[in-house]
Amino acid sequence: MIVVGTGLAGSSAAASLAEMGYNVKAFCFQDSPRRAHSIAAQGGINAAKNYQNDGDSTYRLFYDTVKGGDYRSRESNVHRLAEVSTNIIDQCVAQGVPFAREYGGLLDNRSFGGVQVSRTFYAKGQTGQQLLLGAYSAMSRQISKGKIQLFNRHEMMDLVIVDGKARGIIARNLVTGEIQRHSAHAVVLCSGGYGNVFYLSTNAMGSNVTAAWKAHRRGAFMANPCFTQIHPTCIPVSGDYQSKLTLMSESLRNDGRIWVPKKKEDAQAIRDGKLKPTAIKEEDRDYYLERRYPAFGNLVPRDVASRAAKERCDAGFGVNKTGQAVYLDFADAIMRYGKTEARVQGIDNPSDDKVKELGTSVVSAKYGNLFEMYEKIVDQNPYETPMMPYTIGDFLSNDIRTGPIANDSEEFMQAEKEVTEKFEKLLAVKGTKAVDYFHRKLGLLMWDNCGMSRNAEDLKSTMKEIHALRDEFWNEVRIPGKPNEMNPELEKANRVLDFLELGELMCLDALDREESCGGHFREEYQTPEGEALRDDENFLFVSAYEFTGDPGKSVLHKEPLHYEAIELKTRSYK
Amino acid sequence: MNLTLKVWRQNGPNAEGKMETHQVKDISGDMSFLEMMDVLNGQLIDAGKEPFVFDHDCREGICGMCSMYINGRPHGPKHRTTTCQLHMRSFSDGETIHIEPWRADAFPVVKDLMVDRSAFDRVIQAGGYISVNTSGNTLDANAIPVPKDDADAAFDAATCIGCGACVAACKNASAMLFVSAKVSQLSYLPQGKVEAAERVRNMVNQMDKEGFGNCTVTGACEAECPKGISLENITRMNREFLKANLSPGK
Repeated sequence: MIVVGTGLAGSSAAASLAEMGYNVKAFCFQDSPRRAHSIAAQGGINAAKNYQNDGDSTYRLFYDTVKGGDYRSRESNVHRLAEVSTNIIDQCVAQGVPFAREYGGLLDNRSFGGVQVSRTFYAKGQTGQQLLLGAYSAMSRQISKGKIQLFNRHEMMDLVIVDGKARGIIARNLVTGEIQRHSAHAVVLCSGGYGNVFYLSTNAMGSNVTAAWKAHRRGAFMANPCFTQIHPTCIPVSGDYQSKLTLMSESLRNDGRIWVPKKKEDAQAIRDGKLKPTAIKEEDRDYYLERRYPAFGNLVPRDVASRAAKERCDAGFGVNKTGQAVYLDFADAIMRYGKTEARVQGIDNPSDDKVKELGTSVVSAKYGNLFEMYEKIVDQNPYETPMMPYTIGDFLSNDIRTGPIANDSEEFMQAEKEVTEKFEKLLAVKGTKAVDYFHRKLGLLMWDNCGMSRNAEDLKSTMKEIHALRDEFWNEVRIPGKPNEMNPELEKANRVLDFLELGELMCLDALDREESCGGHFREEYQTPEGEALRDDENFLFVSAYEFTGDPGKSVLHKEPLHYEAIELKTRSYK
Repeated sequence: MNLTLKVWRQNGPNAEGKMETHQVKDISGDMSFLEMMDVLNGQLIDAGKEPFVFDHDCREGICGMCSMYINGRPHGPKHRTTTCQLHMRSFSDGETIHIEPWRADAFPVVKDLMVDRSAFDRVIQAGGYISVNTSGNTLDANAIPVPKDDADAAFDAATCIGCGACVAACKNASAMLFVSAKVSQLSYLPQGKVEAAERVRNMVNQMDKEGFGNCTVTGACEAECPKGISLENITRMNREFLKANLSPGK
């Protein structure tokens, strides 16, 4: 088995397969599997354990997730996710993942966006790190047993199809530049999301679409490419040379209250640096999420929170120098926790200062470094992508009598040749512009036209512009060095080229989907209140695209969505 | 601000290295150190020269990939900060900055500022895990209560990002802080106690085999650790190691 990527999906897949007896080759482009970007997830992991006795159940997690996904996910997949959630927590604890605990020694929970129960298990603001290290340790155990062979600093360059099945990959050793052929009975892609198509995102610098895109070019359908989501909480953009955005966990919205000034003149004064937010009286603050969505308040799902923040900022109530930020305020939470803590410690009539001190320590234990570092949060930002489900068991059952797959068949040799020639071609351009120039330009196009809100006219012109940018890339890019050595610019060029194709397909998909749903917001389709307007009659399907040679002319296949357990409803968080 | 950079250039593990001098102009204080390096590399590419190779990925201080030895300190002058989160406001106009790779026998230079830290992975493979399968059923997560203090201590040890700054800071190139953080994390949890003796013996053996030096408790590792991993973990590992070797029949 070949597993590409070693994040939460890849390392746990590799470990599980090895435990079942398969021989696994695992690939990651970083120096160690522990660097995968799953490590940067902060807030927590949901499981319907109902430890808090607040009426949680598998059905409720299932329902919340289908609703959160705005009724555009496969019902059965989501149910499976809800079902195994509890098992995953048991698993992690057995592996030694140090989740937060209460004084009684049992696991603690908090709440999250789009949810009215507390089912999130967490490890301060570093849950992803702890989960990944758990999966990494399970994988390390299998490496020590020789069941997994690890290829670090290797990147997948192409997928090899033999008789209609994925039977291997072409990989590049990033240290030596060597191109290698690896064969297997099956290839599992766990290569993560493609948020870096926007250039500035909260993805890691190396996160890319290459493995998925190569599979797409070799015949795999790309599902719902335009379903990207903007995370509502991150640190504001500062300058031209900024290379990435830094995420702030949405779990902060658990206890924080989001607001902007009610009066435009106050917002202006703050932007000019003439007024401090603490000087604004309670009645002059607009807690707009609580106002618009009283039932869910600050814990509405991400797409709703992002859009509501954008609405306020666009209307001129944004704060910060840029006017592109809103406040997240912990004052209430600190006092509330402080009072409870005083009672627990048996302190009668505590002073306000004491309450504040106690409350601050509770909040800082919950959010760790996140809380200390930031008070303000903006609306702009990163993206997450839908995952494609796969079923390995079925795929392999027919292969029980298939012997080792040769890695020198015509298909492998051809794929290897194509990769080598492509690198030669890239290096031969010898233009005048660095790879980043193209990446930045693409990112800006995508952010402006295929980001938080989209419209038909801009999408059409953006497709043309991306196409032209791709041509410019092939005429103007300058890549130093040689192919058969360590060459980070060449690695980057190869990834950006795939983003340049993906971007166009994302626009095509966004254009085709003439409705608004979840993170996909088409300006032409909204309610008078500015909420997403879904069209279940015409768009209740998964868009699966087939590559035809030109991403702008991909063929759309529709997979209808069936809802048997859950009734289709207009999403409301009021 | 305008800066003079003296940067380590080395073509491969066996090649001879040297410092190269470069100038960068109009660097803003809001840039991160790695963004400043991006500017330098952009400049080099534009001039038809080879950019410097360095490790980096998440750029938010959690993946542990970035690894520069800046002005004689791992991750530079700012306390508890990785290179990617170090901002140029920590430097002043006209300053000369020395940038080198981690230096340790167990971390051979791959190229320029990039080193090979796979020794850390092999130490973890030697025993830095609990032997439980990822599939199938286990006990309910709440079946074994863990005292909050122990869970918190395990978490603190587990926040190690495996960057190797501790090794780079140590005059003996010792990996004791890194290894002890994992040993400590698992020793605080009931789940980890079953294999405790074997784990500590195997991990320490592997650490020695990789060529890391021994610990003389100078504490440079703790002082330079971007995540503030405590020296107490080393004490705890020594205790575990002693216990493992004194236990009869083990």
